[in-house]
Parts: sequence; structure tokens; C-alpha cells
Amino acid sequence: MDTTQPQHTNRQYEEELRGLRTGLIKMGGLVESQIAEAIEALIERDTARARATIARDAEVNRMDVENDELSIRLLALHQPAASDLRFITTSLKITTDLERIGDNAVNICERVLELNEEPQLKPYIDIPRMATIAQSMVKDSVDAFMRDDPDLAEEVVDRDDEVDALNYQIYRELLSYMVEDPSSISRATRILFVSKNLERVADHATNIAEMVVYMVKGRTIRHTEKKHHP
Amino acid sequence: MTEKLVVRHLSAWFGKTRALRDINLGIAANRVTAIIGPSGCGKSTLVRCLNRMHEVVPGARAEGEVMLDGEDIYAPTVDPVDVRRRIGMVFQKATPFPTMSVQDNVAAGLTLNGASLSRIERDRIVEQSLRRAALWEEVRDRLNRPGTSLSGGQQQRLCVARALAVEPEIILMDEPCSALDPISTARIEELLLELKESYTIVIVTHNMQQAARTADFTTFMYAGDLIEFGETKQIFTNPSRRETEDYITGRFG
Repeated sequence: MDTTQPQHTNRQYEEELRGLRTGLIKMGGLVESQIAEAIEALIERDTARARATIARDAEVNRMDVENDELSIRLLALHQPAASDLRFITTSLKITTDLERIGDNAVNICERVLELNEEPQLKPYIDIPRMATIAQSMVKDSVDAFMRDDPDLAEEVVDRDDEVDALNYQIYRELLSYMVEDPSSISRATRILFVSKNLERVADHATNIAEMVVYMVKGRTIRHTEKKHHP
Repeated sequence: MTEKLVVRHLSAWFGKTRALRDINLGIAANRVTAIIGPSGCGKSTLVRCLNRMHEVVPGARAEGEVMLDGEDIYAPTVDPVDVRRRIGMVFQKATPFPTMSVQDNVAAGLTLNGASLSRIERDRIVEQSLRRAALWEEVRDRLNRPGTSLSGGQQQRLCVARALAVEPEIILMDEPCSALDPISTARIEELLLELKESYTIVIVTHNMQQAARTADFTTFMYAGDLIEFGETKQIFTNPSRRETEDYITGRFG
């Protein structure tokens, strides 16, 4: 549904399409803040914040179900075609990716709860950098969706390599901690999980961005080039 | 893919009103081509030009070429009756001859074409045509009943059988399902997919889902112009013209 197009003759249809768009944008905003909260909880060793973030995931899940139901309703009742069809099928996929990003935030928070039981292993340097990039990817992929902006979406796709590289760097660093001092293993493994979850967040944002390119241009860019996944 | 019909620079008029403007289009052999567009866009006029039915309306005329296997059906030496035998037509409303039985309806085209057939030959053609129109099993016990005693959906398939009896190469269908219920519509749509193995089919429809379900190629017309032609999948997922996009997504007027 291109926002510059004239409105549908069927007003109800027009309103439901707008409702779906708004629902996804709201959900995007919420999962973006869930990631931010999870990383804050990690850095500040804030158990209460981690628990609150985990509790808020129910809201993310509720939005996912709502977006899903609205998409299916639109497909069943209006037989959408062309840009409307691409918008609705894209929405169905995007809502799933957003929901998974929400789950990644929950996973990070669960590791934070465990990490907070022990003294901090090391100061975090690369994880916050990685989180900043992954969050910007989520934000920009949702913005690209909101504004029908395939150029912004392609930039998001390009940024995924940086996150993958940081993930690999963190892995090597933590490996050296574990080799040196086996008592660090339980903490280092948990930090590795955090890193892996952020890497997954960036992958979901990439999926969203790729779908936005399809939605706007009707061209598939997924699975077209070999990506580097350490 | 071979093109069975090629339309070149075709324009048509009703009196002084121009109904078609410089249409260029290729109809692929053994495929279903759908023509969609709002009322009055010229889609019925276009199909009626394809078998020289347009000119039978008083004051109506057409200019341009329609090449059937490379020969222009509008060439002065061509007999329009011969064209209409090779390019059959099924109309919006089922039109069985009211006084004729089911089998006489099927054979009507043969008789009108002046063919003299033996009883056995005639029965063979009637059965074959009814089978191809997926109607035989339903009417084999009532071949002598009036054609109008059949249900609406059966009457429409009877008209398809009548069109097939003269062994045309192309079948034109102008809104063949608009008066039918969903089940009868599904039968006709299924029939289209079977018929395209042996025939080339052009269908005019207001029902865009019908075009999406049955056609290999779709043509969108608006106000006498051919706006876009392409593979049905492309037209319905990613049309290249804004007018097509607006029409199929329901943003017109």
C-alpha cells in the first residue's frame, strides 16, 4: 500500500490497511525499546529492569497476534492485489520477525538475571557497539517500511555485516577468557548468548528490510548473495 | 510461444464514437488470455472485433489488422462466416435455441453451416462436444429434452458445446460466468483449463479473481486504450502501469 496512491473506493478496506500499517509501526517501536532496555539492564546490572522487560514481552506477543489476524482478515475478505497484496504479505512476515526480536530481548534479559548472580567478568565494550548498530537496524527497517523507502532498507541490509563481524570478534575474545580461566566459562558463555541474540536481532532487521524492498519494488533481494555468518 | 492471433493498430467505432484506439496485442496459442477493465472500456468490443462480430451492429466499423495464423481476417477476400466458424464465441447470457432439444442445440452450428451429416456422424459430434464441454454425464439421458430445461450453468456449458461442435480454433468468451452461481462458475473455469489444451481462449471478465484464477495472460483496458498486457502473475502482483495498479487494487473513482 503505497502512501502516495489515491484512496481505495472501499473505505472500510482503506481503514483496515491503515490500521495494519499503524499496528506494525507501534510494534516496531516497542521491540526497539525492548532491545534498548535489555542492553541497559546488562550494562547497569539492573535485575529489576530485566524482569520488567521480560514481562513486557506479553504486549509484543499480543500485537503479533493482532497484526496476524488483521492480515488474514484482509486477505480473506478483500482479495487484495498488486501493491496491497505485497503490503499484506510483507506485514505477515514482518510481524513474525518483530516478534522474534522481542524474544531475543527476553533471552538477553534472562542471561542478565543469571549474570547478575556473579561478579562482572569484564567491562562491556563491543556488546554496546553491536547493540547500537542492531537497534539502528531495527529502527531503520521499520522506518523504511513506514515510508516505503527501499534505499533506506538496502542500507540496513548492508549494515548486517558489521554486526556479524562484531559477533565474531566477541566470540574470539571470550574464547581467550575461557581458555585462560575455566572459572569464567559460565559467565563467558552467557555473554556469548547475548552477543548471538544481538546478531539474530540484526538478522531479523535484515529480513524486514529485504521484505520492504520486495513490498515497494516487487523485486526479491533475499538469498541473492552469499552472506557471511560466522 | 506461438501467437495464434495478432492484433495490429486496431481501432473501432460505433457511429462517430471511437470505442477502441490503436490496439496492439498478441494472443498466445493454447493459452487463456483475459481482458479486464471497467464497464465501457472497450473489452467486449475488442473480442467482438476478433471474429468480425463488431461490424454486424448497425453503424459499427473497425480499422486495422487481426492476423489469424498470419492472415488478416479483415482482408476483402475473407468470408466473415468462415472467420466465425474458426473463432467461436460464448456470450454473457446462455443462449440455447429455445425450440431446440439439447442435441439439436449442439448440432445447430453444423446444420447452419450447411453440413450434411449422417445420423451416426452427427451423434458422434454431439457426444464429443458435450464431453469436451464437461456436460455429457449430466445430459446423456435427456438429449431430446429442450435446451432451456437445463440449469443456468448447464445451459452455458451447452453453449460451449455448441461452439465446440464446429471445431473452432479459438473460443472467445464474453463474461461467460456473470449470470452463474459460484459452483457453476467453478465448472466453467475448470473447463477453460481443459479446453486450452486444444484451443486458444480469450475471456472477457469483470471478475478480476476469475482472470487471476484462469488466465495465463491478462490485458487491462481503459477508455478504449490497451493500458497493459502481461503474464497474469505479474499483472496481479506487480503491474507496471499505475492505472492497472489502481484498478486491480480498487482505487478507481
